[in-house]
Amino acid sequence: MAIEKILKDDASEEKGERARMASFVGAIAITDLVKTTLGPKGMDKILQSTGRGHGVTVTNDGATILKSLHIDNPAAKVLIDISKVQDDEVGDGTTSVVVLAGELLREAEKLVAAKIHPMTIISGYRMAAECARNALSQRVVDNKENAEKFKSDLMKIARTTLSSKILSQDKEHFAQLAVDAVMRLKGSTNLEAIQIIKKPGGSLMDSFLDEGFILDKKIGLGQPKRIENAKILVANTAMDTDKVKIYGARVRVDSMSKVAEIEGAEKEKMREKVQKIIAHGINCFVNRQLIYNFPEELFADAGVLAIEHADFDGIERLALVTGGEIASTFDNPESVKIGHCKLIEEIMIGEDKSIHFSGVEMGQACTIVLRGASHHVLDEAERSLHDALCVLSQTVNDTRVLLGGGWPEMVMAKEVDELARKTPGKKSHAIEAFSRALVAIPTIIADNAGLDSADLVAQLRAAHHKEGCNAGIDVISGSVGDMAELGISESFKVKQAVLLSATEAAEMILRVDEIITCAPRQREDRM
Amino acid sequence: MALAFDEYGRPFIILKEQDQKTRLRGIEAQKANISAGKAVARILRTSLGPKGMDKILQSPDGDVTITNDGATILEQMDVDNQIAKLMVELSRSQDYEIGDGTTGVVVMAGALLEQAERLLERGIHPIRVAEGYEMASRIAVEHLEHISKKFDFEATNIEPLVQTCMTTLSSKIVNRCKRHLAEISVKAVLSVADLDRKDVNLDMIKVEGKVGGKLEDTELIYGITVDKDMSHPQMPKQIEDAKIAILTCPFEPPKPKTKHKVDIDTVEKFQTLRLQEQKYFDDMVQKCKDVGATLVICQWGFDDEANHLLMHRNLPAVRWVGGVELELIAIATGGRIVPRFQELTPEKLGRAGLVREKSFGTTKDKMLYIEHCANSRAVTIFIRGGNKMMIEETKRSIHDALCVARNLIRNNSIVYGGGSAEISCSIAVEAAADKYPGVEQYAIRAFADALDSVPMALAENSGLQPIETLSAVKSQQIKENNPHYGIDCNDVGTNNMRQQDVFETLIGKQQQILLATQVVKMILKIDDVISPSDY
Repeated sequence: MAIEKILKDDASEEKGERARMASFVGAIAITDLVKTTLGPKGMDKILQSTGRGHGVTVTNDGATILKSLHIDNPAAKVLIDISKVQDDEVGDGTTSVVVLAGELLREAEKLVAAKIHPMTIISGYRMAAECARNALSQRVVDNKENAEKFKSDLMKIARTTLSSKILSQDKEHFAQLAVDAVMRLKGSTNLEAIQIIKKPGGSLMDSFLDEGFILDKKIGLGQPKRIENAKILVANTAMDTDKVKIYGARVRVDSMSKVAEIEGAEKEKMREKVQKIIAHGINCFVNRQLIYNFPEELFADAGVLAIEHADFDGIERLALVTGGEIASTFDNPESVKIGHCKLIEEIMIGEDKSIHFSGVEMGQACTIVLRGASHHVLDEAERSLHDALCVLSQTVNDTRVLLGGGWPEMVMAKEVDELARKTPGKKSHAIEAFSRALVAIPTIIADNAGLDSADLVAQLRAAHHKEGCNAGIDVISGSVGDMAELGISESFKVKQAVLLSATEAAEMILRVDEIITCAPRQREDRM
Repeated sequence: MALAFDEYGRPFIILKEQDQKTRLRGIEAQKANISAGKAVARILRTSLGPKGMDKILQSPDGDVTITNDGATILEQMDVDNQIAKLMVELSRSQDYEIGDGTTGVVVMAGALLEQAERLLERGIHPIRVAEGYEMASRIAVEHLEHISKKFDFEATNIEPLVQTCMTTLSSKIVNRCKRHLAEISVKAVLSVADLDRKDVNLDMIKVEGKVGGKLEDTELIYGITVDKDMSHPQMPKQIEDAKIAILTCPFEPPKPKTKHKVDIDTVEKFQTLRLQEQKYFDDMVQKCKDVGATLVICQWGFDDEANHLLMHRNLPAVRWVGGVELELIAIATGGRIVPRFQELTPEKLGRAGLVREKSFGTTKDKMLYIEHCANSRAVTIFIRGGNKMMIEETKRSIHDALCVARNLIRNNSIVYGGGSAEISCSIAVEAAADKYPGVEQYAIRAFADALDSVPMALAENSGLQPIETLSAVKSQQIKENNPHYGIDCNDVGTNNMRQQDVFETLIGKQQQILLATQVVKMILKIDDVISPSDY
């Protein structure tokens, strides 16, 4: 009797060893893909989209690379998912988390081949992860009390994060930028208040932080180009033709003169609206929607600076920085809060004009203007800066800091190794494997930098045998160096997130012993 | 194919398009059915128990689910075979009825089918096998009643309940922080439970998840969360002692449902229409303000002007809140859902002690927490976790834990877990078998063997020697006449489940045995499968 087929036609089912193989292979392939981007000497990838225009992205940001891949392997999808979450939650370490998870699985594969049950491996990994976390939290430095030192910590972290990115040449400059921007936030993690404007042209070094707010718009014709002590009304209202919003309303007339009358009434209505707006005692009016010529002219006559079509984010941010409220009705001028700033002027960045608001009330917001040779460079610079900003803002909240350059991995590996020696039973193999996976990260960093990884890692391990050692890989000189002296630091929160989510993902994939793939949904032809 | 012939040797056509149908009859049909049922059970077998493995399921759209919840696996497996579909139904009904033990019931049914196959080969009629199973299941269920223990807990002493939930959670991926999740589940159930009537309305517990953070950050909120933010970025982010107006009408100009036209032909009409429009918005906001509302929750969108007016009058508002959430908010805050502005009255407002907006991580995700509600019984379990699959799996695990806690509140009888109940039943059924005359005796004995398969699978999944372990435990149970010995899956060192605090609800176990027997009976009674052929 033939074995009954219980699944649908195109569905497939993989069991036991084969399923595990499939997920190991998938996960390790993904790891190998992003592995070469790790560390200060990591390489970039070119991603070409299949969409129209075949747009090209050049990046070495793990999350960006993985996001753009179309993957069919379910285990690989798990890894992409954790890297995405890492990006959302702490912003950096997106490559490390995938690499660590991949290395954990690579070690697990060997153990499974040696006939150790996956569940045993998992429980070993769990113990090891817990131990590693404790080891880290014991070695953290917390300079919360000392503002001066804390700031230098932030600088170090920013430099470390940026050194693996395209900005590494100018990391000093950008680290300063990022730290200044984050310090202005005063502890909030709302990165929306930091605006990043990209303008091609110039070099990366020309990028600057502006304390005010820059709106990428032009000032209307015939209106003042410079206003001191500006009173700003931020609005979201229709300034083209104010349509009657009542449903079903329409104009029906029987003669040309009536048309003219109605048109007149419409104009009159707009004039009234503009009058009302001007009656707020403002000299600058920013609207989210379009401003047509007619009202614009009226504003120009009244000497009011009118800015049209500021996008949604721009409006919200402007309201935030100037302390005004976003208005849509204008009948009660006395109770509408109006934003203030010291100076509005039109400035030139490169060849484009922008409007610059300086001396704003709320000191939190700021704008970073990025300059660079091409769009690709700018996009990558923005991503790098975003990573740095994320990490810094998280560090402001959780002020614990670790050394970098493979130091945390070595510290963890040492503790985990010790635990392996103390643990009886098969689990100890898994714990040992965990420590090997941790050591793989400094190894990869060294490999990517073209150094002799075997030698360096051995030296590192020896150095870490001593208590309180600060040794890590100094990629620049290609030797083992003192990370505290070199000023290479990382945020504890990022490292912890990397450790925990990598273990979680590895565990999840290890637990699988069967993959059932449903028949792909038939695409209906829309033609 | 068997056909009837008339006196001239021409075949009678009985089925429509007879040639194009495949047909299995008699023992062939039974064997085919059994093998399909067994195949399903085989898939789930490795997921049983605390050391059970997970499955990756890839949906037709390419989404990945990782789970070891029997019901979910079967649901998403996209099964084609009729008998296999019966097994899916079986696990689903266990899920609806009890909420836990969905894997166990399928494994049990698979084992029963396996035993039945052997009996069929020995020439026992399938109906006799079915009847034997029926008798055996009755014995087993009675025996379960006999060995069950009453289980005491009060609203003040939740420890025993937490222990039970922990047993349920320990087979899931979340077992790393099962203690935490178990406590949350128990507290959630207790806060919505009516202990006098022994009733729990699980609809009052909302399970929400958001990617990010750690599993440990999962929290129980005495209130409701809404995945929305304030309609205007400058509205206050925190409102104390909120009076909530719950509206299902938009802050927009009216849109009568009948088709109509407003004709504008003179300037005066244009003016009046304009004024009316302005007044209309003003009225809407004023009405909300008049009844004393300090927060507006609306199912629909707001016009820009209305939005500003709301903000201007210091009336925070939330828009585009889904219908289900709206209802939950209404229940929790004791408010009424108001379909028209004219019908707003102070009595219809809901009340909440604290409403606040909370943002997460580096993205601009925001959520609204409504806490300390007038009717505090609605609670929300808010799950955080490393990735989407983790959260989905945690949701399922919490659902199981909630169901277990609910079942205990409804009926506080328990049996011990770790396969001990099955082993004990197996011994009882085996002993009873000899008393039955006739062929059923064999079926009853086969049933006892099938019961053994659950602890066997447990042992197998835990990396123990299945046969050795099972026989050791069995002899221990008989020798000491103690039904609490089971499989020591977690390598704790004792196999007394009472000491390990591993137990399950009595109704859950009974239901498993009854449902599995029913389905198997149904499958055995089929002797003819007619299906359209593939082409």
